[in-house]
Amino acid sequence: MALDGQKTAYKYIGTTPNRPDGLDKVTGRARYGADINVPGMLHGAVVRSPHAHAKIVKIDATKALAMEGVKAVITRADFPEGLEGEDWDLQENCMAGEKALYDGHAVAAVAATTPLLARDAAKLIDVTYEILPHVTDVDEAMKEGAPVIREGAADFSVPEGLHPNVVRYFDSGRGDLDKGFAEADLILERSFTTEAAHQGYIEPHACLGQMGADGRGELWVCTQGHWFMRRMSTAVLGIETTNIRVTPSEIGGGFGGKTTIFIEPLSLALSRKAGGKPVKMVMSRNEVLRATGPTASASMDVKMGMTKDGRITAAHGTFRMQGGAFAGAPVDVTTMLAFANYDIEHVHHIGYDVMTNRPRQAAYRAPGAPMAAFATESVIDEMCRELGLDPIDTRLKNAAKEGTRATFGPKYGPIGFVETLEAAKAHPNYAEPLGPNQGRGVASGYWMNWGGETSASVAISEDGSVTVSVGTPDIGGSRASMALMAAEAFGIPYENVRVNISDTGALGVNEPTHGSRATYASGLATIRSAEECIKKLCKRAADKWGIDAEAVVWEDGRAKPSGPNAGEFPPMTIAEIAGAMGGTGGPISGHYEDSPSGFSGSFGTHVVDVEVDPETGRTTILRYLVVQDAGKAIHPAYVEGQFQGGAAQGIGWALNEEYVYGEDGRLQNPVFLDYRVPVASDLPMIDTVIVEVPNPGHPYGVRGVGETGITPPLPAVANAVRDATGKRICKLPLRPSRVLAAIQGKTV
Amino acid sequence: MSKRIHVSTKVNGDEVDYLCDSRETLLDCLRDHLSVMGVKEGCGTGDCGACSVTLDGRLVCSCLVLGVEAEGKEVATVEGMAEGETLHPLQRKFIEHAALQCGICTPGILVAAKNLLERNPDPTETELRYWLAGNLCRCTGYDKIIRAVMDAAAEMREAS
Repeated sequence: MALDGQKTAYKYIGTTPNRPDGLDKVTGRARYGADINVPGMLHGAVVRSPHAHAKIVKIDATKALAMEGVKAVITRADFPEGLEGEDWDLQENCMAGEKALYDGHAVAAVAATTPLLARDAAKLIDVTYEILPHVTDVDEAMKEGAPVIREGAADFSVPEGLHPNVVRYFDSGRGDLDKGFAEADLILERSFTTEAAHQGYIEPHACLGQMGADGRGELWVCTQGHWFMRRMSTAVLGIETTNIRVTPSEIGGGFGGKTTIFIEPLSLALSRKAGGKPVKMVMSRNEVLRATGPTASASMDVKMGMTKDGRITAAHGTFRMQGGAFAGAPVDVTTMLAFANYDIEHVHHIGYDVMTNRPRQAAYRAPGAPMAAFATESVIDEMCRELGLDPIDTRLKNAAKEGTRATFGPKYGPIGFVETLEAAKAHPNYAEPLGPNQGRGVASGYWMNWGGETSASVAISEDGSVTVSVGTPDIGGSRASMALMAAEAFGIPYENVRVNISDTGALGVNEPTHGSRATYASGLATIRSAEECIKKLCKRAADKWGIDAEAVVWEDGRAKPSGPNAGEFPPMTIAEIAGAMGGTGGPISGHYEDSPSGFSGSFGTHVVDVEVDPETGRTTILRYLVVQDAGKAIHPAYVEGQFQGGAAQGIGWALNEEYVYGEDGRLQNPVFLDYRVPVASDLPMIDTVIVEVPNPGHPYGVRGVGETGITPPLPAVANAVRDATGKRICKLPLRPSRVLAAIQGKTV
Repeated sequence: MSKRIHVSTKVNGDEVDYLCDSRETLLDCLRDHLSVMGVKEGCGTGDCGACSVTLDGRLVCSCLVLGVEAEGKEVATVEGMAEGETLHPLQRKFIEHAALQCGICTPGILVAAKNLLERNPDPTETELRYWLAGNLCRCTGYDKIIRAVMDAAAEMREAS
């Protein structure tokens, strides 16, 4: 590993300067989705179904429209017909058609002069429903006789004879399972469930849309990806994509949940109907929890074989996941990554994507990976216990390395899984003595990362400072990372770089900040754009000196003759070249666009110590360690932040967070008091170790780091609770009542 | 529409007044009538703390206070923390410690932490964690927030 050599080669990369948007965010000046008001603005409100499954018989808006100040009401009748595929799904989810498909499904929307008036008017819109039987549980939804969410929704992959609610089917593997299990000294099979968890971003969805009768307009919105917003919103409205210019606000968290549309096309449709007046829409927390996200819930069976000395001989997994009333539960990723940490010859995965009467699932940080990890990493832990093996040593024995053929097909390039395991084993947390009712859990996880459509530009200002324009919204400090990479490429101070998140009118299509791709892909595009600028800067210097451009090199923000043969000229700084650029050929800028494929995955290993109160079943996290491969940490403090944030979300999913549906199919806990995310007093400090095994597909070795961190906590916490209590609990969350029942020997 | 009520109050030391519906919260009034946008709505039910302000020095969720209740009182928000160009030590330490990612919870946490340090300049980590338990952060896992507040508290103690 060229780690030490690379570290000294960087001047700015690996430092931790203040983020450029820090001042705005600590003074309250930063403008998020709901923070913009414009002249003539109206306010929107949505009427939502209180039923899990119901035919919409009639919508009567007479009373609402009679209210003074009410300007427009829309229903599905205001949207075009004839959409297909994902566009139809989006339209159906944003505004119900013939049926309301889940508690919280939008059925109408209203625009009025004040927020209160809009909410009052929404209450006066009279919807007549005919209630239908419903199903919200994944296993129930697959059973014969379960209510059918929508006939004919299954695609070609689904074998005959399955319930119509099974809409996609996945079957993949390799080797000979019988042979593999025959080699095992121990075969273990367990069944697991995880509940749906919400992304839980603190900023509810908010937007401000304006559209005229000509179908042209603007959208201000908190989103992870404004080109996605544009494509999806215009598709749902049946207008040309380019007609809407979308500007992203600052974003108050997304975690995958803000990569799709909900209220955005409603604000545009209301605006058009209200004569082009801008319409602001802001969701309540109740709406966020009932109608956006969450992730899928899962029911899983995992069977693995192991030799006495800890070699995994075979693995089989069946994964059933519901993603609400539409196809799209991330079971493809679940099956792909279930055993991806390990070098296993004989492996087989089966996946079912199932529809239920729940909200359409949205991506949530490493979508599909944490559920599978909970099942497989719990089974491995249990096997290590039965065979008396150390969990880290056993993982080391089976760990995927460079050249290992992944369980999902391709061979791994350089990866850092072994390094994370070794660092976890060497960390003092792994040697801390444990007291009574305390236990330690280890688990690992993987996310393959992503490149995605990327377009970025870099422009030189008149004084030699630099503007970077990228299309990936900054959720966790990415502007600082872009500025560091540009500073490194140019050899100019970090403070001389300004990074803007451009709107859809200024760059080519960019995928959202998702898939752990922003620092990798927009960073790559920033560096390549800077390199194009540098080439032009060198050319200007060469022209001035009357030498070939090839005879000029760029070092520390200056053009220099490449050697004595090139001639004797004093170096020209970026400021000197930029100051004269108007007369030497015009503005200097660089641009780069690609769907880069040199991304590389990130492995992580977590070690957690817990104490379980035997009287209440409450689990306290005593210490927590995250070790993860960042490839190269551009801004280490924000890399640590991703590790710590992912761990905290995973701990919440493991211990407290769950969607609770009543017999009536209604969500029982659509409020933060009852949908309980971790608070400051629930957590200890979260220790981190950044492993750096450079990714050869990025100029500085970057791997995405955002998503891996949420994958190990589910099994790590469950393994620690097993260690503390002697009870293996195969259902999440490990809420006190469930843990207490297990301690008391009851079935859980 | 019901008749609006006239309210006179002080926000960050400035006298202001607004007309509000009796059902509007202090949060609504700050944002919609006074454009004090640093106060954020995360839940509207007093569970997330993003709308934290002080009312006559007492830390409250402004979503749980009616706009009319601010009559004759003094409201302090994140916008009042810095003095001119000089940031409050908490604001500075939050930037230095990378204690924010998306930043939506930051104003509320800064207001809450300032209020704690005015009562208890030397809190233990546990005291701080319980004080901030009403302020949800979904990005950071709280680690860097706790470090930033403890560091700011230490600096403020040395300065006083």
